[in-house]
Amino acid sequence: MLTNPTFLFVQLMNSISLGMNLFIIAAGLSLIFGVLRVINFAHGAFYMFGAYICYSTIAYFAEGPGSFWAGVVAAGLGLAILALLIERGLLRFLYDKEHLMQLLFTFAIVLILGDLAKIIWGTDQYSVPYPAGMDGAANLGISYYPQYLLFLCVFGPVLAIVMWLVVDKTRWGRIIRAATQDREMLAALGMNVPLVYTSVFVAGSALAGIGGALAAPRVAVSPGMDTTIIVEAFIIVIIGGLGSLWGSFWGALILGIVTMYGTVLVPDWEIVLTYVLMLVVLLLRPWGLFGRPELESH
Amino acid sequence: MMVLSRPVAIACLATVVILALVPLTGQAFFVDLATQILIYALFALSLNVLIGYSGNVSFGHAAYFAIGGYACAILLTTYQWPLIISFPAAVVLAGVSAAFVGYFCIRLTDIYFAMLTLAFSMLVWSVALKWRDVTGGDDGFVGVAVPDLIAGRNSYFYFTLIVVTLSTAVLWVICHSAFGRTLVAVRENRTRAGFVGVNTRMMRLVAFIVAGTFAGIAGALLGMYNRGMFIENAFWTESAQVLIMTLLGGMFSFFGPAIGAAVLYLLNVYINEYTEYWPTVLGVILLVILLFLPEGLVGLAKKLRRGTGSA
Repeated sequence: MLTNPTFLFVQLMNSISLGMNLFIIAAGLSLIFGVLRVINFAHGAFYMFGAYICYSTIAYFAEGPGSFWAGVVAAGLGLAILALLIERGLLRFLYDKEHLMQLLFTFAIVLILGDLAKIIWGTDQYSVPYPAGMDGAANLGISYYPQYLLFLCVFGPVLAIVMWLVVDKTRWGRIIRAATQDREMLAALGMNVPLVYTSVFVAGSALAGIGGALAAPRVAVSPGMDTTIIVEAFIIVIIGGLGSLWGSFWGALILGIVTMYGTVLVPDWEIVLTYVLMLVVLLLRPWGLFGRPELESH
Repeated sequence: MMVLSRPVAIACLATVVILALVPLTGQAFFVDLATQILIYALFALSLNVLIGYSGNVSFGHAAYFAIGGYACAILLTTYQWPLIISFPAAVVLAGVSAAFVGYFCIRLTDIYFAMLTLAFSMLVWSVALKWRDVTGGDDGFVGVAVPDLIAGRNSYFYFTLIVVTLSTAVLWVICHSAFGRTLVAVRENRTRAGFVGVNTRMMRLVAFIVAGTFAGIAGALLGMYNRGMFIENAFWTESAQVLIMTLLGGMFSFFGPAIGAAVLYLLNVYINEYTEYWPTVLGVILLVILLFLPEGLVGLAKKLRRGTGSA
């Protein structure tokens, strides 16, 4: 199989489309960690809600044209609102507590949202079809490839560049970067730091929702998708470096490649391979490939 | 070495005696409940050596619980080793794994330490999931051959009671020895502890090994009790649950985590009779602890007593 160029090419495309879908989710997680210093276990639950909201929106519009994209927008907006409520209502009271408290807080949200999803959508599996206009296959010369997955391969890099431009070139981006460096100094300079926190948490969570909506045609929308995705997102940000945008990008791509080729090389053990990969990175560069070493806080 | 204060000693003795009388009620339900609470109490106590005493938050403690459980179950069943060898071998394996993982984890602190422990535990989980021939994969490892002597409900309960009581006693001695005191010093101020000549890394590593070893004992007990080990026992949510138990009871007291385990377990059993939404209840409990009871139930009790004392 590994000598068949068509197969290798398709696996490469699969790696990229999977990686880029994961990147959308990991980018949000990493952004939130970079500014708030909170590892958000609930990010996976946000992703799951995104997928469910997308499904329901499509059902509401009776699978009409454009209903999938309406679903993606609804997922982004829905998660933004949910995140706003969680951050303003609860999370902000924990910023001055230990990391453990914040970590466990987000775990409490995982538990509650998991049940909420079961109450709203039940325990059935749903499948979301490829959006109209992208349900065919494109001829890439070497092989045909599903148009929707090709769209994901393009969307990921575009999102990465847009996020990079926003963070690196705009005033908002400067404020966000300043918040990752020194929140007290930022506050002393008269910036509204709580507002920065809220908007970053909302934006990062909206990315999880959009990532979930975009994943919906790829995966089965069902309970439990939250706990599996969060581990994958963790692997990505650990490999890439917590808080680093490009780290998430390359981390997601690496995970995509290891998963897709691992399925062929070591069938059934690819999941073990990804954990081994993460451990190797953590042992050699605990701060990740693109992260910066943190000063040890004694 | 400090001795138990009199009220605590009496409370401990009373607890053991009352527990020993549970089978006399003749209710299988109570015996089962008590066995499971004992196992989880030991699991939570073991985690607290790491969190409460050395200040390292492990998010992957289920790994050693699962290693102990799977190893004991597999040695007893697949290899037909006698209990007297399988049980200690499983515990040693859990301890050795903890030593291996700890060696890497103690280089990091705080959130990175938590992430690395989580990563290792997920590695254990993925191996348990995929090594189907040995572990049974996602079907679980079922049909554990428990020796006849402790196969009965009541006899297994007494076996658990003895093992957990002895383990707790050993943990108590460890935590209140010079070693335990030094750990607290490391938790409070690592730099300063280092200045007075404490090898802080070594201390944290030993704490990691102790915690892993006793988690292995709890895991082995659970595997035999359930006559099986299941993949969920290694998943990160199991690590999170034992963390919640520790936190609920109060991580700054020795017995707090055991109390937390008992309360949480009882709540779980009773609430499951009314609703299937136990996770939501657990989530709300967790929120309440985080926002209002940072020192857990033991902290609350102390505060209440102080409150009535001064009033």
